[in-house]
Amino acid sequence: MKIIGYIIQKEFKQIFRNKGMLPIIFAVPLIQLIILSNAATFEIKNIKFSYIDSDNTSFSRALVDKFDASKYFNLVARFPSTKEANSAMLNGDVDVILEIPKYFEKTLLKHKKTDLGVTIDAINGSAAGVENVYITEIVQNFNKNARVELMQPSDVINMPKNITTITSFWYNETLNYKTYMVPGILVLLVTLITLFLSGMNIVREKEIGTLEQINVTPIKKYQFIIGKLFPFWMIGLVLLTIGLIIAKLIFNIPIVGSLGLMYFYTSVYLLVILGIGLFISNFTDTQQQAMFIAWFFMVVFLLMSGLFTPVESMPTWAQYITEFNPIKYFVQVMRMVMLKGASFSDIFPQFIKTLGYAVIMNGLAVWSYKKIN
Amino acid sequence: MESQNVIQVQSLTKKFGDFTAVDAISFEVKKGEIFGFLGANGAGKTTAMKMLIGISMPTSGEAIVAGFDVYKNRDNIKRNIGYMSQKFALYDDLTVKENITFFGGIYGLKKNQIKEKTTQLINDLALQEVANKLVGSLPLGWKQKIAFSVALLHNPKIVFLDEPTGGVDPITRRQFWEMIYQTANTGTTIFVTTHYMDEAEYCNRVSIMVNGKIEALDTPKKLKEKYNATNMNDVFLKLARSPSLTLPKGNGTHTEN
Repeated sequence: MKIIGYIIQKEFKQIFRNKGMLPIIFAVPLIQLIILSNAATFEIKNIKFSYIDSDNTSFSRALVDKFDASKYFNLVARFPSTKEANSAMLNGDVDVILEIPKYFEKTLLKHKKTDLGVTIDAINGSAAGVENVYITEIVQNFNKNARVELMQPSDVINMPKNITTITSFWYNETLNYKTYMVPGILVLLVTLITLFLSGMNIVREKEIGTLEQINVTPIKKYQFIIGKLFPFWMIGLVLLTIGLIIAKLIFNIPIVGSLGLMYFYTSVYLLVILGIGLFISNFTDTQQQAMFIAWFFMVVFLLMSGLFTPVESMPTWAQYITEFNPIKYFVQVMRMVMLKGASFSDIFPQFIKTLGYAVIMNGLAVWSYKKIN
Repeated sequence: MESQNVIQVQSLTKKFGDFTAVDAISFEVKKGEIFGFLGANGAGKTTAMKMLIGISMPTSGEAIVAGFDVYKNRDNIKRNIGYMSQKFALYDDLTVKENITFFGGIYGLKKNQIKEKTTQLINDLALQEVANKLVGSLPLGWKQKIAFSVALLHNPKIVFLDEPTGGVDPITRRQFWEMIYQTANTGTTIFVTTHYMDEAEYCNRVSIMVNGKIEALDTPKKLKEKYNATNMNDVFLKLARSPSLTLPKGNGTHTEN
């Protein structure tokens, strides 16, 4: 136990003496939390809207006005022909082209139906989908009003009754995107920093030759590994703390659930990440290799974590893969506890998987750390 | 001097795939002896030494170090030996005192023992001025003297020195050898590899490795007589005339000679 204490003492001294690393460990993640939480939004706003009005009636202008009035659309251009419109879209100057055909009003009055052309830049498929929904909604509203105006009194009797849905949004009533993102990004930062630091730490001792010196001492594997990982475990928890304070103070994210539960889960989760980091450093010879491998895992874990894209919309095979992704569980737990006030029994499935993961990863890490070759 | 053997090696062999880095070497080292372990680059010195200090598993053969078997009792060996590698191995980003505390600590020294040793070491090496400076800021010669003293913190029975004087000036080398003599006088065995043949003359006995085998083992005086040479340099050249061109894996990079 005392030997572990000497290692921990040494690690902390080295961490706090490293003037290059210290800001990276503490300041950079927090700046990222603040910037990313504001920037990484899926809300589709400021859509660049353009139109071709071949009808040019007060009726068609009223439709364009509806778009102009919407907070989602910015009217950027009116094009005389499809050709100009298409080239503007090619250049990325416009996102949406609404094409109002000639005799739009007349046809609608005469045949009670007409067509509108909508072209959407669908390079970003999910944004295009959302834009389509917005457009459809505006057109339908316009259509409803138009119907009332164009209808004969006799039609009113035959008019179908409308079904209206009343939606209430739970856990994030205001649909504030940050409420959703901040817990996730916090997870990202805690994971990133602890994985990279632990992954590179032992490899660094290999590089400078001190690991050999350690290996000729009678120190036990477990003493060395606990002594090495404990400081990063602490740093992970400190990062969580600072992150939670920022979430509360700057973003005013409601913290509904128990803080104790969050810390409890995180402390187990960090063991998984540290185990992975140690495992990586056992199989690499330079910090560069360790960094690349850690980065590879980090990207896969992140993109498959449900942080940015819901796991439920992934293909089934990919969903199976996410079962092995510790970040997924952490994101789920943080969102559940922070926003829904989930209790221990609610997060029990995630907890058990994380605990199992921690045991396996650290087992592998200890097993693969060799004092002799 | 007692004639008790602290290192006993019998047919010790290490193979890396098809390559035999250490080929059935046998020798004994007595208590309090300064044992020079010479050989050209790639002759297998470092590999042999790594087996003796318990960080490399022998392929075959026997070795007893400080009374313990290298296969079964490595932790006990490690408790009883000190090691200073050719790759300087103190922490550059810790101060002299912090390095002493750390290495003393992981060898299981008590707090007051560490304190005592620290004061003693700093006085012996006249390091009062730099005791709280980062090791990285000190000249190489100082670092190596400190590393040697740190390797002795836990009063080991044997100290293994792997090219301890590589890259330092002749004055510092002389001072370093004075430290080695003092240590040997207290009954500590010194097992040292070197490329400097004048240093070989300082050893009680010298073994010369060529291509994984020990080609000669005796006192410098007898070796010179046997090979009809005026100094150890000639002995070495006669023995190691055709050095192996294939460097084994797992051997460190040598810069001299």
